[in-house]
Amino acid sequence: MSASKESAGPQPKEYQGKIQPGWREIPRGGMILQAGNAREFETGDWRVTRPVWIPENCIQCLFCWIYCPDAAVLLEDGKVIGFDYAHCKGCGICAHECPGKRGAKAIKMVAESEAEEASQA
Amino acid sequence: MSVKTVAYTGNEAVAQAMKQIHPDVVAAYPITPQTEIVQIFSTFVADGLVDTEFVTVESEHSAMSATVGAAAAGARAMTCTSSQGLALMYEVVYIAASLRLPIVMPVVNRALSGPINIHCDHSDSMGARDSGWIQLFSENAQEAYDNVLQAVRIAEHKDVLLPVMVMMDGFIISHALENVTFLDDETVRRFIGEYRPDYYLLNPDHPITVGAFDLFDYYFEHKRQQVEAMRMAKPVILEVGQEYGRLSGRSYGLFEGYRLEDAELAIVVLGSTAGTAKAVVDGLRREGVKAGLLKLRVFRPFPREELAQALRHVRALAVLDRSDSFGVVGGPLFAEVRAALYDLPERIPTVNYIYGLGGRDIDLEMIGRVYADLAEIARTGRPRELVTYLGVRE
Amino acid sequence: MGELLEIRWHGRGGQGAKTAAQLLGESAAAAGKYIQAFPEYGPERMGAPVLAFNRISEEPITIHCHVKHPRYVVVLDDTFVGKVDFTDGVPPNGALIINTALSPAEMRRRLQLEGNPIRVWTVDATKIALETIGRAIPNTPMMGALVRATGILKLEDLIEDTRRKLEKKFRHKQEVIAGNLEAIRRAYEEVQEG
Repeated sequence: MSASKESAGPQPKEYQGKIQPGWREIPRGGMILQAGNAREFETGDWRVTRPVWIPENCIQCLFCWIYCPDAAVLLEDGKVIGFDYAHCKGCGICAHECPGKRGAKAIKMVAESEAEEASQA
Repeated sequence: MSVKTVAYTGNEAVAQAMKQIHPDVVAAYPITPQTEIVQIFSTFVADGLVDTEFVTVESEHSAMSATVGAAAAGARAMTCTSSQGLALMYEVVYIAASLRLPIVMPVVNRALSGPINIHCDHSDSMGARDSGWIQLFSENAQEAYDNVLQAVRIAEHKDVLLPVMVMMDGFIISHALENVTFLDDETVRRFIGEYRPDYYLLNPDHPITVGAFDLFDYYFEHKRQQVEAMRMAKPVILEVGQEYGRLSGRSYGLFEGYRLEDAELAIVVLGSTAGTAKAVVDGLRREGVKAGLLKLRVFRPFPREELAQALRHVRALAVLDRSDSFGVVGGPLFAEVRAALYDLPERIPTVNYIYGLGGRDIDLEMIGRVYADLAEIARTGRPRELVTYLGVRE
Repeated sequence: MGELLEIRWHGRGGQGAKTAAQLLGESAAAAGKYIQAFPEYGPERMGAPVLAFNRISEEPITIHCHVKHPRYVVVLDDTFVGKVDFTDGVPPNGALIINTALSPAEMRRRLQLEGNPIRVWTVDATKIALETIGRAIPNTPMMGALVRATGILKLEDLIEDTRRKLEKKFRHKQEVIAGNLEAIRRAYEEVQEG
C-alpha cells in the first residue's frame, strides 16, 4: 500500500528520459509556436530498408528529390549528394522512381541490418 | 456618449450589436428562429454599413468551421444559430473551445427535434454545456444586446480566450418587439477595443501550427488549461459587467437576485421566464409572502459558491428547467444548483420543475403554483415531489 | 403602478395583424411608453387565422407569457364571427374593435353580447383601405380605430410615427404613404360605438 500516496500526486514530468512540461508551461490550445519543428522529430529509426546512392549511375534528374515524401534527399548546388538518414523512413519511392543510367539504378534499397553491419565493418 | 431607445425585436437587437461590433468575419447559416439575425446582418453587409467578410456557407457545420478558421487566422469572427443548427455544428463547437478561439455566437434557443418544433426551450444550448464555451443567458432583448457586446470582451480577455454563447429565448424574445436602449457606435467601439491576438495563423513573422495531433502525452494538459480558463473567466465576467454598467447604467453579475435577500421561498430560473416570475414575486410580496428569485445569467462557468451563498438563507427552493435530462433526476440546471447547495451546512429542501418544453407557455398562475408548493414545503420541511412537469397534460 | 394594457389582434395571414401590432408598439414606444408586440407563431399561411398581441405600460414590462386577458381585441376580418370567441378572457371593462360593414348594434346581436358590459366598436376598414390605399389591407385603418376607441395614443402621434416609418420603406411611393395616413384618420373618425 506504500505506493498509494505517490499515485495520487501529479504525473512526473520525466517520461522515458524526456522532460514533458506541465499544463501551465505549454502553449494554450495545442498551438505549436516554433515553425519547422518537424526537423526535431527524427523518423529515421522507423526504417527497415535504406536507400543507398550509387553516384556513378546517377544522371542528376532529381526524380528522387521530387518524389521523396520526407524531403530526405540532400542536395548541394542543385545536385544529389545523398540522404538524410535521420528523417528518411525507408519507403523506397526514390529507388522505384530512379531511372538510373542505361538500366542501372542509382539508388538501391538495402536491409537496414546489412547496412549497419557494412558501416561497422 | 449618446444612447438611443427604440422598439426592436430580440433578433434586431442582436443584429444591431453585431453591426456595432463590426467583426472581421461572419459565417452563418439561417435557421428559425435565428434567421433574421443573419438576414439583417447580411443587409448591413450588402448596404456597405459594415465591411465584414460575410461567408454564406452550406450548413452550420461549415458555419462553425469557417468561423474557427477565421478566428485561428487572427480575425474577430462571429456566427449565430439555433437548435438543429447548433446540433449540426457540434464537433466543431468543441474544437472552437479547445483551440481557445474567442468566437462570440448568439444562440436563439429552440427545442431540439424530435418531434420537430420551432419554439423555445433550452435543450439546444444545454446539450452544449460541456463543450467548453462560456454560456450567458438573457432575459429580454436588452440583455441579449448587452450580453453580446460584453461577450466580445470576455472571450478576448487574455486570461480567458474562450468562445462565448449568448442565449435568448426563441420567439418569446427573438420575435417580440420591446424597448431596447443602444449605445452609440463610438462607445461600443471603444468598449470592445481592437482585437490583437498574440498568436494567429496569418502572421508571416511568427508562423505557428494550430490543430496538431495531441496524444495521451499532452491532451490531458490542454484540457486542464481549459478548466483554468473557465475559472479565470469568472472574475473577468464580473469586471466586464461592472465596466459595462458604468457605460450604460446596466451592470451585470453572474446572476441577478430579485427580492432575494430576505426571501424564504425562492426559485432559480434562466431566460425570459425570470421576467414573468418577477411579476409573481411582486404580487406575493404585496400579500406579505417572502418570495424571491435568482435569475442565473452565467451558466458556464457555473457560479457554484456565489449561488450557494446567495441562497443559503432560503427555506424552500425550486429550480425551473426549460429542458430535461432523460434518465436523471430533473433537468440540468437542477443538477447544478443542487450540487452547489450540497456544501452548505444546512440542507435546503430543493425541488425541480420542468416547464415550457417546445415553447409551451408558462404564465403567472403556473409560477404562482410553484411558490404555493414552496410554501407547503417550507411548512412541512420536505417536498412531496422532487421533479414536477409544470403545464403538461396528464 | 399604472395599468398594464394588453391587446389581442385577430386576423388572417396576409392581413397585417403582426405588422399592425408592431406599428402600434413602435408608435407607443416613440411616445415614451414601454411596449411589447408579438405574434403567435403557428403554421404561417396566407388566409389562416393568426393572432398578434401588444402590451403597453407606463412602466417597464417584465412578463413574457401569452396574453390571456386582453382589455382590447381588434378583429381585422368579420368572417371569424361565430367561429372564434373574440371575448375570450376580455374583462367587463374591455372592448372589441371590429372591421365590418355592420353597425355596432348589429354586430353585438351577432356576437350574442346583448346586455354584456364589453363595448363593441365597428368600422368598415376594408372599404376605407380600398378607397385610400387601393388594397384590402385593413391593418393601418384599424390602428386608427383602436386609438379612437381606447385613447391609448394621440391620433397625431400615431400618424406622425407611422409617416416616419412608411417614409423609410416607401420613399418613392408617396401615394402609399398618403393613403395609409388617410386610412388611419378616416377610421379614427368613422369608427362607431354601440
